[in-house]
Amino acid sequence: MNRITQTFAVLQSNHKKALIPFITAGDPNPSLTVELMHSLVKAGSDIIELGVPFSDPMADGPTIQRSSERALKHHVGLHNVLNMVSEFRKENMQTPVVLMGYANPVEAMGYEYFAAQAEKAGVDGVLTVDYPPEECEDWVRCLEKHGLDAIFLLSPTSKQSRIAQVAKLAKGYIYYVSLKGVTGASNLDLENVASKLAELRAVVSIPIGVGFGIRDAEMASAVAKLADAVVVGSRIIEEIERSSQNELLNNVTHLVASMREAIDEQRN
Amino acid sequence: MNMYNLPDRQGHFGPYGGVFVAETLISALDELREQYDYYRNDAEFQAELANELKHYVGRPSPIYHAKRWSAHLGGAQILLKREDLNHTGAHKVNNTVGQALLARRMGKNRVIAETGAGQHGVATATVAARYGMQCVVYMGAEDVRRQATNVYRMKLLGAEVIPVESGSRTLKDALNEAMRDWVTQVENTFYIIGTVAGPHPYPMMVRDFQIVIGNEAKIQMQETYGRQPDVLIACVGGGSNAIGLFYPYIDEENVRMIGVEAAGKGLDTNKHAATLSKGKPGVLHGNRTYLIQDENGQIIETHSISAGLDYPGVGPEHAWLKDIHRAEYVGITDDEALEAFHALCRFEGIMPALESSHALAYAAKFAPTLAKDQLILVNLSGRGDKDMATVAQMSGITL
Repeated sequence: MNRITQTFAVLQSNHKKALIPFITAGDPNPSLTVELMHSLVKAGSDIIELGVPFSDPMADGPTIQRSSERALKHHVGLHNVLNMVSEFRKENMQTPVVLMGYANPVEAMGYEYFAAQAEKAGVDGVLTVDYPPEECEDWVRCLEKHGLDAIFLLSPTSKQSRIAQVAKLAKGYIYYVSLKGVTGASNLDLENVASKLAELRAVVSIPIGVGFGIRDAEMASAVAKLADAVVVGSRIIEEIERSSQNELLNNVTHLVASMREAIDEQRN
Repeated sequence: MNMYNLPDRQGHFGPYGGVFVAETLISALDELREQYDYYRNDAEFQAELANELKHYVGRPSPIYHAKRWSAHLGGAQILLKREDLNHTGAHKVNNTVGQALLARRMGKNRVIAETGAGQHGVATATVAARYGMQCVVYMGAEDVRRQATNVYRMKLLGAEVIPVESGSRTLKDALNEAMRDWVTQVENTFYIIGTVAGPHPYPMMVRDFQIVIGNEAKIQMQETYGRQPDVLIACVGGGSNAIGLFYPYIDEENVRMIGVEAAGKGLDTNKHAATLSKGKPGVLHGNRTYLIQDENGQIIETHSISAGLDYPGVGPEHAWLKDIHRAEYVGITDDEALEAFHALCRFEGIMPALESSHALAYAAKFAPTLAKDQLILVNLSGRGDKDMATVAQMSGITL
C-alpha cells in the first residue's frame, strides 16, 4: 500500500477527513520550501500538494500565478522541485507528497526520466493539469511503473462518460474542482458540490478531495462534511504573500491549524 | 483525389495538436466540437458565411501582379494575394466572421478574444458590433501601451479591452486570461481564438475559415495565368494566413510552400520568434506543438518587430507540415522585413503590414534565384497603416 492510500485508510479508520494544502515550490524563496512543508505537517496536514512553477499556468487564478512567478524569479525548475522532495524525505517518510503542475516542464525533462527521479525523490502522486485522460495513456503507464499515483481533476461540468473515463485511470484520490473557474475564486456553492459528489461516488471508488474556493476554516469544515479531503491552495498562498519572511512559517502554521481544527470538529 | 486528411477525430496532426487543457474546459470544447461538426456541413450556415464574406468583408480579394518590383528583383514574377484589402485590413476577419456566426447559432451572446497587436481584437470587435454581441478583448498590458490606436479602435467598436498584467504582459498572457474568462462564464460565452493554435477544434476550425484564401487563389490563378503558382510564401506567427493559403495546395506536390517566421534580431540571438526553426516540441495553450522554451520547459519571451508574429508557439498543423517536409520554414529578420516594407511602398504603392513584410522579404530573396517565367504567390495578409508608428520609430522619426 502506498503512502496516499495508507493515509486515507488511517484517516478513515479514525473517522477523520484529510487536509491537503497546496504551496508552490520555491515561493517565496527556494530555501524556505522544505521548512514550509514540515510546518504544514506540524499544523495537521495529511498530504502536501507541491506546485511545480510554470510560466503559463492557464488553469490557475492570479494568486497562484503570482506564486509561480515568484518561484521562477529564483529559476526553480522541475529538478529543483524533486531535490526539495528528497530533502523533505530526510525527516519525513510518512506524509504523501503530490506534485501538481503543467505538462510542459515534464515533457522537457522527459516522462520516463521524470518518473524515475520522482520515485527516487519520494514523490507519491502527480497531477498534471493539462494532461486530460485521452492524451496521457503513456504517461499514466509510466507513472504506474514507478509506483506514482496519477491524480486527476473532475469538475462540475464533467459528464457521466467523462467521470467513468477518469475513474478508470485515477489513483490515490480524485481532485474535484468545486466551481466553474480558476483557482482562488470565491463563489463555492455547497449544495451543488453535495449533489455532484453523490454523482461521482456512484462511479469513483477512491477518495474524493474538494478544492477551489475554500477560503476559511468555516468553509473547510463545511466541505469536510461532504468530501474525503479538503484542498486549500490560494488562501495559503495569500498568507505567504502577505507575511514577512520572519512571520511566514508562523502565519501559515496558524492558518492551516485553524482549518485542521475546524475540519475535525465537523465530526461532532 | 484528396490524400491529406488531418486532423484526426481528436484533433491530431501526427503527434501535434490534440486537447491539452484542464478538465474545467473539456465540456466547453466538447460542445464546440459537436456544434462545429454540425455546422461545417450545414448548407445554410455555409451560405450565410459566404454571403457575409462577399458583402461585408469584400471577398474575393484580388491577386495582383507586382510587376515593377518583380522586374527590379530580376527573377520570378511575384503575385500578391491581397488580404490587405479585406474589411478591417487583414485576413483575420475571415475567421472572426465565421466564429461569430457559429457563436450566434450556439446561442452565445458574449464573445471574448485575445489579441497581441490588436488586429484580431479589432476583427472580433468589428463582428461583435455587426451581430450585436457583447465583446471583451484581453490584451497584454505591454501591448496596450504599444498599440494605443488599436485599443481605441476596439473601444469605438463597443468592445471592452482588459489589460493583462500577468507574466510577460503580452499575447501569450492575454491568451491565458481569455481561457480563464471562458472557464468561468462558459454558458453564455464564445471564445474566438485568432489563430490556428489552441485545443482542438480551434486549429482545424480557424483553418477552415481561412482556406477561402487558398480556394480563391486556385480559381484566380487558373483564370488569369492558366496555371497554379510554383511557390507559395506566407508569414507564420501562429500561422493562420499561411495555412489558409497552403491548405488547398497540400496535395499539389509540385507547388512549394514556404512559411516565413520572425527571426527578429537574428536566429543566432535570443531575440526572435522563429518557433519552427529554433523551438522544441512541447505543450502550451491546449496543444502539442513547437515552442520557444528553456531547458526547464518554461516558455521564453519572444521578439519581433511585428507584434503579430511575436508568439512562442505555432499552429500544430505547421509543426506537422514541417516534420513531413511538405512545407519549408525560414526566418526573416526585423531589418529584412523593414526593407521589404519600404520596397513594396515605393515600387507598388502598397503599404504592407510588418507581418506580411516578412513573407515579402523572403520572396525578394528567393525570386532572383528563379527563372522569370516562374510564379511566386505571396499572401499579403494585412495592410501596414497600423505599423506606421513602428516604422517611423525604426527610422528615427517621431510622428
